[in-house]
Amino acid sequence: MSKKPLQFTLNGDSKAVFVEDGQNLLDVLRRGVGDLSPKYGCGQGTCGACTVLIDGEPHLSCLTLAETVEGRSLSSTGGLAQGADLHPLQDAFMRHFAAQCGFCSAGMLMAAKALLDRNPNPSRDEVVEAISGNICRCTGYEPIIDAILDAAQSGTGRRSA
Amino acid sequence: MSVEFRKELFANERDDDLNEIGKGTQRQDALGHVTGRSPYFDDHLFEGLLQIRCVRSPHHHARIRSVDYSQAENMPGVVRIIRPEDVPNNFNTLLSLLNFGRDDEPLLSSKKVSYIGEPVLAIVAASDRQARDAVAAVRVDWEVLPHVLDVEEALKPDAPVVNDVYPNNTFDYHDKYDHQKLRFGDVETAFAQADKIVEGRYQMSPIEQAPIETNGAIAAPETNDRFVCYTSTQALFFSLGTAAKLLNVSSNRLHFIGGTVGGGFGGKVDSLVEPMAILGCMLTGKPCRFVWDREEEMQVGAPRGGERWYLKDGVMNDGRIIARQFTGYFDSGAYTRLSSYAIIKGTAHLPGPYHIPNVKSDVFCVFTNRTPATAMRGFGVTGVDFAIESQMDKIAHEVGMNPVEFRILNAYRDGDMKAHRREAKNCALIECAQVAAEKANWPIRDEFKQASSMVGGGGERAQIPHTVTDEDGKIGDRRAGRAGGGQTRTIAPSTPAPAPVAYTPPPPSAPPAPAQQPAVEQPAYAHPAAAPAYQPAATQSPPPAAPAVTPAPPPAPAPAAPAPSPASDSSQPSARPVNRPGYSRFASNSGFRRR
Amino acid sequence: MSISVKTFASSAEAASALSSDRTARFMGGGTLIMRAVNEGDQSFNAIVLANDPALKQVQPQGDRLIIGAGVTMAQILASRDLDFLHPVARAVGGPAIRNMATVGGNLFAEHPYGDMTAALLVLDCQVTLAGGQSSALVEFLRDRAREPRALVASVSIIRPQSGVFRFKKVSRVKPKGVSLMTIAAWVPQSGGRISGARIAYSSMGPTPMRVTAVEQALEGAALDEAGIGNALAAATSGIEPPTDSIASSWYRKEVAPVHLKRVLLER
Repeated sequence: MSKKPLQFTLNGDSKAVFVEDGQNLLDVLRRGVGDLSPKYGCGQGTCGACTVLIDGEPHLSCLTLAETVEGRSLSSTGGLAQGADLHPLQDAFMRHFAAQCGFCSAGMLMAAKALLDRNPNPSRDEVVEAISGNICRCTGYEPIIDAILDAAQSGTGRRSA
Repeated sequence: MSVEFRKELFANERDDDLNEIGKGTQRQDALGHVTGRSPYFDDHLFEGLLQIRCVRSPHHHARIRSVDYSQAENMPGVVRIIRPEDVPNNFNTLLSLLNFGRDDEPLLSSKKVSYIGEPVLAIVAASDRQARDAVAAVRVDWEVLPHVLDVEEALKPDAPVVNDVYPNNTFDYHDKYDHQKLRFGDVETAFAQADKIVEGRYQMSPIEQAPIETNGAIAAPETNDRFVCYTSTQALFFSLGTAAKLLNVSSNRLHFIGGTVGGGFGGKVDSLVEPMAILGCMLTGKPCRFVWDREEEMQVGAPRGGERWYLKDGVMNDGRIIARQFTGYFDSGAYTRLSSYAIIKGTAHLPGPYHIPNVKSDVFCVFTNRTPATAMRGFGVTGVDFAIESQMDKIAHEVGMNPVEFRILNAYRDGDMKAHRREAKNCALIECAQVAAEKANWPIRDEFKQASSMVGGGGERAQIPHTVTDEDGKIGDRRAGRAGGGQTRTIAPSTPAPAPVAYTPPPPSAPPAPAQQPAVEQPAYAHPAAAPAYQPAATQSPPPAAPAVTPAPPPAPAPAAPAPSPASDSSQPSARPVNRPGYSRFASNSGFRRR
Repeated sequence: MSISVKTFASSAEAASALSSDRTARFMGGGTLIMRAVNEGDQSFNAIVLANDPALKQVQPQGDRLIIGAGVTMAQILASRDLDFLHPVARAVGGPAIRNMATVGGNLFAEHPYGDMTAALLVLDCQVTLAGGQSSALVEFLRDRAREPRALVASVSIIRPQSGVFRFKKVSRVKPKGVSLMTIAAWVPQSGGRISGARIAYSSMGPTPMRVTAVEQALEGAALDEAGIGNALAAATSGIEPPTDSIASSWYRKEVAPVHLKRVLLER
């Protein structure tokens, strides 16, 4: 089984790994690099738990062929906090009880960050659209939407760009 | 979202010196969730971790003629084939840990499969892809058998036998009956006295819990000849006990680590992944990971089972329900799992939160060729509550009553005797209905606004009525084409009580005149499909030899939660302590309120 | 059987690699192929990629538009030339899927996917393969099961006048979910009468389809409730919709005229 070298940036740090042909990015991030924040929920693009940003845009890491991210810049929820300082979205998710079992949270946060980076003052409908590819089975979504709007309204969505 | 507390309710029964309740508290796991650092089972890395995948049945029901894994065995990356004979104790039922029910399900099936997705072989390989490739290379020679997917079809004498351990296609209750019985009073006499009979058929389809994290476990060798198992389970010690039994090892050799569950909702108690991961680890000496993919989670993951209910109520024109009869069918799927227990729990819930002096129920745990069913959020109660409350609306319509007033009229009040012979305590349906009506701007009359759960119960409503019993539905009778026992007799109540028990209207508000004049004639409604294919009541059938000692109807206790004897409760119906220092309404003298 | 991946600079090279390997599949955005890889699909063991910039281009050509097969749903949403397709692109998945899913891939999506393909069907779509061969989308869909290794280079569609093109995706989940049925309509009028209408469905059969019975019933009809009566009656004529976890065949048939009416009459 052939392996290929792969280099990319993850949360500002350069990474170099070997990947197998056909290996998806989720697997490489979790087992190759050790960033366990993106989750496997379906492997078919329906749940959004594996969402990461590639060059600032949300992608499903389970459906991304790992070798296609060569040289690109990735962000994940594992790198969202700056040291002990939580990102405003993380803080809002905690205050609004937007994480219950927590399994969708990392993907939700990335979908939300992609939205706020592009649109710091979204409408409720725009928030709903931004997380429409992410499934949560616990909260009923309302606390998540509230948290994202709260993070945006506090003007902090802009800061995270 | 804010929580509103109605502290004026039951204020004299409660000390309001609580430090936590009513105040927001940060979840202790929230920081881990939002930083992506909560340790789910799959968030543990092992060098050389092997992957397990199963060969599964494509058929609802089939005999396994042969399994050819010779090609798979030699494929790249394949480390080990796990066959049924490799499972040390390949027969289990989940509730055997509580001594309830017979072992009826293998971890890997060797003789036949009874649902789509039933596993017959597991493959351990270096990568998930290699395991999948090997699974695809296994050849199983299936002899497809007739299958049954409907609970009432499964009860017909000529239905295919789904589960050889239960050849009647029903779980055996109390070593005697093919269903769970509840008898309280005499419904037939009450039906004859009722102004109206209202019948209904209700059904709930199976529901998949669909957690975002699929079921999975990672097992690895530990020091001291132990195995560590990181698992998604909702029931850590349950899974540990189940794994120990299937693998025939002492539970102190298994070190289970869980507690961070990516959504469960009842779908992560069946303990199917942990034994397999540990077995792979035992057989290979390497860490093994067994995780269902999404398709398996949806197809093989046990759902909330389907239920079908037939309800028959005897109602007076003033809205009082004087008799209620249930016939229920739980679709357990191919194996027992937890449906047998759900039925006992559900039966203990009957006839719903209402004071009805005559109740009869027969509930069947039916085996069909569907995915085995398991727990989901209030299981055992959810389906029949849907049926009961739909029926309540229907009756209210039939007697021309405001449905909220109708519920308040019939609601349990403190001190009432429940059908399973426990005293009703801490009742709050009336208060809930009042608040709900207010919130919904649903008008109810003053007398119903003033009703209270704490007034009007007990007294004659606390008595256990003379009860008519029967031996219908003994194990095997139905399958043999016989229609059950049929002899009915009356047993003495456990406390002396006048017979028959008359319905006592709850003071202070006597049953009001209905808002509309109800029709006097029998209701036009008659459910065309109201008669189930199998009806266990049959007066025409020959009486069995009457036992010398008349058994009391099963009081339907939850197996894990004993409670004080009904006699001690009912003998002092008015001795309920209130206003005592330290007394809390919601911590009754029978222990904390169960849910 | 491990997967091998080969990346080419041009779509022509990729097409030639595909034609010489029966076990190879072309991967555009990955939403179909990587899912199949993840699920252990045994029907292929090689993935072919092409980094051809032409695949990512959108070019006006007279009254038509040429859309590269590698154009993503997100690119469509960012393109002013393709504003009429914005409601269609927005109906496909969430933002992450739209950053990945391509127009070319949508032509191969199996039930219940293929919303974009339904729209293209009424926009007089011609499909051009990497080798230069061109065919109508209807014919391409008819043949696609036989030729899963075709490498689509681009599609050509007509740019609609305002109000002529309509689109509706029906889901049971809000704001969006898997399609129960998707309807695309091209309803030009002349002299108050419909002339040359094109109607397409997806999620109503194995592939997205033109609904000729409805199109014929609309010819010469007025675009009002009375005028479209015959078309609604023919909404599922000759169609046997699939039963899946979203809806039964019966349900799809029952609701098809309701949704078709909304598409035709709602402004």
